[in-house]
Amino acid sequence: MTIQIKKKNSVSGLLEEIEKRTGLDLSICFQCKKCSNGCTVGDLVESPPSEIMRRLHLGAGDELLESDLIWTCASCETCSSRCPMGIDVASVIDALRVLSQERCKGKSTPQVFNRAFLNSVRKHGRTYEMGMITAYKMGTGKFMGDIDKFPMMLLKGKLSLLPSSGSDKKTVKRIFKNIRQKKEVR
Amino acid sequence: MKFAYFPGCSAESTARDMHASTVAVAKTLGIDLVEPEGWSCCGATAAHQTDPVLSVSLPAANLVLAQQMQMDMVASCAACFNRLKMANHKIQSDRTLCKQVAEAVGRDYDGQVKVRHILEVLYEEVGLDAIKAAVKRSLNGLKVACYYGCLMVRPQEVMKFDDPENPTSLDRLVEVMGGEPLDWPHKVECCGGGLAMSRTDVVLKLTDSILKMAQDVGADCITVSCPMCQVNLDLRQKDIKKQMGHDYGMPIIYITQLLGLSLGLAPNDLGLNKLIVTPNNVIEAVI
Repeated sequence: MTIQIKKKNSVSGLLEEIEKRTGLDLSICFQCKKCSNGCTVGDLVESPPSEIMRRLHLGAGDELLESDLIWTCASCETCSSRCPMGIDVASVIDALRVLSQERCKGKSTPQVFNRAFLNSVRKHGRTYEMGMITAYKMGTGKFMGDIDKFPMMLLKGKLSLLPSSGSDKKTVKRIFKNIRQKKEVR
Repeated sequence: MKFAYFPGCSAESTARDMHASTVAVAKTLGIDLVEPEGWSCCGATAAHQTDPVLSVSLPAANLVLAQQMQMDMVASCAACFNRLKMANHKIQSDRTLCKQVAEAVGRDYDGQVKVRHILEVLYEEVGLDAIKAAVKRSLNGLKVACYYGCLMVRPQEVMKFDDPENPTSLDRLVEVMGGEPLDWPHKVECCGGGLAMSRTDVVLKLTDSILKMAQDVGADCITVSCPMCQVNLDLRQKDIKKQMGHDYGMPIIYITQLLGLSLGLAPNDLGLNKLIVTPNNVIEAVI
């Protein structure tokens, strides 16, 4: 399969930026492909981890941020666990996710889910599943998904009707505010 | 044996049974678990996929509480366990991050609180011999596929718990309870974790593969120690039957529920009635 290196939006590519953010030296990757072979979603994506690495080496720019692995990766840490050079591949994917969120307002379902999750934590200090699920459904427009599971989950007490009240919301709100302010400065 | 106990957000909803069985088993074995007052979400997968400082600050806020209590922090949820340990690792190895976290949380934290999984406590503080002696009901040779998932054992240099490719901590516990832990290759195959809602298609493929292997090796049930894994493997069996035509009927039971049963506790006290695929075969084998 042929993949074009487009160097979109960055003359020198994303490699330096990713190395800076992860603190890793990615030049030590010698393309053994152990990461891709162990990747949980390796056969479901266009570019598995070793190919993402190669594209970075070859100077890929912002077009890499649209690669489907970034939001299909299950964060299982198998790649990092197996790399013979000890590269934390999972953190490279995380760095690409963070960069992707900074540069493009994505609508992939995992992104919408993460936003719903973190908004729930910011508001209640702990995840409030009913609120989170509602926000996720509104964000994706997929209202009917898993609708058949709701009655059973409620009956079995697997879903709380009300948000939790025991957490130190002040500290949690402080953390989120601090992160947001830092982002605005950047 | 007194520990700060981090229940995790799912303990109040989808994993009420994990929480109930952990607390019940701890009480029976003389382990005192104290919830830090005001504990908050560890950030799970969403935080580390969104912002590196957030992903460490959220767990750090809880570790600060444990430090004030002067206790080790124990978690039952594999994801919380992973995030708490990862927070310590990053704070200890990155001075800049350590300062950023202190600023976000509003408190200094040195990353020194010892974080342990409930299994570690059972092994290191209680000991297998003591657990064996406390067993009231044998599992009577119940064939158990021990499923560890990802976050409890990976990445190894951070988690330092069991083996990342062929762990055996659950297996040995099952043995001590009189069960037969099965040798199978899917111990640490990912179930899809946090993609539960956002990429259910991926989760169905992954869980189908795990369930099929467990069935192929003759498992009566799968035992787990992560609430995400439990929900994925349990809840999705209905979807797998509908979409793929595979009917597994495989009970997915927390290790603490299995242990509770063998220690003589009542099934409902362990939340066994909350499992979607009913564990009748497990209960009948034991009681």
